[in-house]
Amino acid sequence: MNEIIFSIKDLHIEVEGKEVVKGISLDIAKGEKHAIMGPNGSGKSSLANGLAGHPLYRITSGEAYICGKNLVEMNATQRSLAGLFLAFQYPLAVPGVTVANFLRTAIKARTNGDDSRMRNFRKELMEKLELLEIDKSFATRYVNDGFSGGEKKRLEILQMALLKPRIAILDETDSGLDIDALRIVSRGINASATSDDSILLITHYQRILNYVNPDRVHVMMDGRIVKSGGPELASQLEDQGYDWMKTEKIEA
Amino acid sequence: MAGTLKKNAGVADIGSDYDIRYGFRDPEEYFLKGARGLSHEVVEMISRIKKEPKWMNEFRHQALDIFLAKPMPGWGDTELLNSIDFDNIYYYIKPVEMQGRTWDEVPENIKNTFDKLGIPEAEKKFLAGVSAQYESEVVYHSLKKDLEKQGIIFLDMDGGLREYPDMVKKYFATVIPPADNKFASLNSAVWSGGSFIYVPPGVDVKIPLQAYFRINAENMGQFERTLIIADKGSRVHYIEGCTAPTYSTDSLHSAVVELIALEGAYIRYTTIQNWSHNIFNLVTKRAMAYKRATVEWVDGNLGSKLTMKYPCVYLVGEGAKGEILSIAFAGSGQHQDAGAKVIHAAPNTSSRITSKSISKGSGRASYRGLVKVYPNAVGSKVSVECDALLLDRFSRSDTYPTMEIDADEVRIEHEARVSKVAEEQLFYLTSRGLTEDEARLLIINGFIEPFTKELPMEYAVELNRLIELEMEGSVG
Repeated sequence: MNEIIFSIKDLHIEVEGKEVVKGISLDIAKGEKHAIMGPNGSGKSSLANGLAGHPLYRITSGEAYICGKNLVEMNATQRSLAGLFLAFQYPLAVPGVTVANFLRTAIKARTNGDDSRMRNFRKELMEKLELLEIDKSFATRYVNDGFSGGEKKRLEILQMALLKPRIAILDETDSGLDIDALRIVSRGINASATSDDSILLITHYQRILNYVNPDRVHVMMDGRIVKSGGPELASQLEDQGYDWMKTEKIEA
Repeated sequence: MAGTLKKNAGVADIGSDYDIRYGFRDPEEYFLKGARGLSHEVVEMISRIKKEPKWMNEFRHQALDIFLAKPMPGWGDTELLNSIDFDNIYYYIKPVEMQGRTWDEVPENIKNTFDKLGIPEAEKKFLAGVSAQYESEVVYHSLKKDLEKQGIIFLDMDGGLREYPDMVKKYFATVIPPADNKFASLNSAVWSGGSFIYVPPGVDVKIPLQAYFRINAENMGQFERTLIIADKGSRVHYIEGCTAPTYSTDSLHSAVVELIALEGAYIRYTTIQNWSHNIFNLVTKRAMAYKRATVEWVDGNLGSKLTMKYPCVYLVGEGAKGEILSIAFAGSGQHQDAGAKVIHAAPNTSSRITSKSISKGSGRASYRGLVKVYPNAVGSKVSVECDALLLDRFSRSDTYPTMEIDADEVRIEHEARVSKVAEEQLFYLTSRGLTEDEARLLIINGFIEPFTKELPMEYAVELNRLIELEMEGSVG
């Protein structure tokens, strides 16, 4: 098995004093794609926000490591620079700041004064825009300002493609996408998921897993992972829904 | 950059770079420095030195009488206004005997000052003409030869009065009479320097003209007077900038700017005000826009202790347009009381006011606006948008909008917002590897982008840099 690059152990997360993630453990190896599925309110997005360092989502106990570095002690900036990326479920608008300027600033934050990457920025941006079938004019629009749902999700994937994280957490990236957009976004995810990069895909529906094949599927309910398995688990959920698992959990 | 900033630095650190870049002082080696205080003798001295015609001499004395009789404004920041010590101000300082036509003709230390401020460099790169005022007088003036040949007049106001007395007499103080307000009467009494511009019919001045105003002496009063006349179908863009050394006592800057856009003409007047924090900046700016003419005020206020300035457009001809786009940055100890006025006095006129303010620390930004639509101005359009951004819990923003709509069939849009840098927005940007400082700066640059995108590139870059300086140590 490949080296583990992302590892969480018995992680607990609170939002405004309420525990929403109640002890999750997970190991993701280099190049692996994991999916976390679960019904609404199961704590999936809280897990994503907590891992990315949202100030309202407090890690109260447990451990999380990215490439061996303790993530819990880092702020959001440091987590990003360490190689963690969160594709937001609801990306924020930054009026007046162009997509190109935003991306340039974000890349510059991780080049440590190495100008060669900045010199190729324009070219690299154009390549990725093409891959995601995004019009060039996108680069001069203001970040998420007046974007459609699909455009916002594409911008998230564009950022992922350019920032080249070690682990990308995709929070409901498939929600609100029509089938064409889903296909294009999935292509972007697959292109980014080179052998080195890992992906944690958070989703309510099995649909996106037809395009992005996960190595492992985890089912999350009430703040805990209640079942883990291979890709077949996703199909089972698609056919039977989540209810059978609730029963199983009670019986267990 | 921001990564090396001190966390939770005190407000004293804000803009600390100002002194090095703009706040330096020259030794005072003047041709003539009048005494402190204001009187008819001072007015007479100014007029005599300038060898003015009788009408201007009388105009000044009458204006002084109005100033002395008029009470201080009873609105705005009255506490700060009433703290102005008029007896402690120097009303006239003539730095050099003669105005230079080349920089070599300007005394070394003054030339060095403008060098440090980047004026000769900007002149070479992208300006059609430059005027550099130091204390009370314009010490350097230039206009490209080809523009001169097209009949464009660009002089300091004193030169304008000497060389084009009839034109000056026809238009001077017709837009802003001395009795308009106390500071307009003060300026009318002791004005000196400023620009006089005339653009002949149909002439398009494609690159900007610029004036730079520099105060050097402590307790200086600078009272430049500008008059721009754009004849039928002509176009001109005028830019002004200003800075001063930082002193512990106050100085006063009180300008009067009159614009006249005749039929079909276009005037854009851009200001980047970056006075040191001991300057009262009390300025009256007003434009007349005739039939199908357009006047745009692009007004940026970063510096000063107290600014009170409400650029105004009178839309007096059918189809005239007025636009006022302003930003104000109020750091600790500053009060930016800025705004806009538009008077619709003809049918089918349109106006747009966009005001953006950022306050930080104990800084106060006030928007004060008036839109008046007279009964004859049917079919007019009005759009007012005010956006205030508060950077912390100490900062303050106030909005005083007035609308008097007396015509039918007028389309009005009005929006006012006060916002803070949202936690969620900061998280989004920091989750991409930006530090909180970088994230905040990006959000602020985005906030004022509608303003910066209207500036020539060089000024936009400079403005973003100035904001970055103002933001240093603002984490908290």
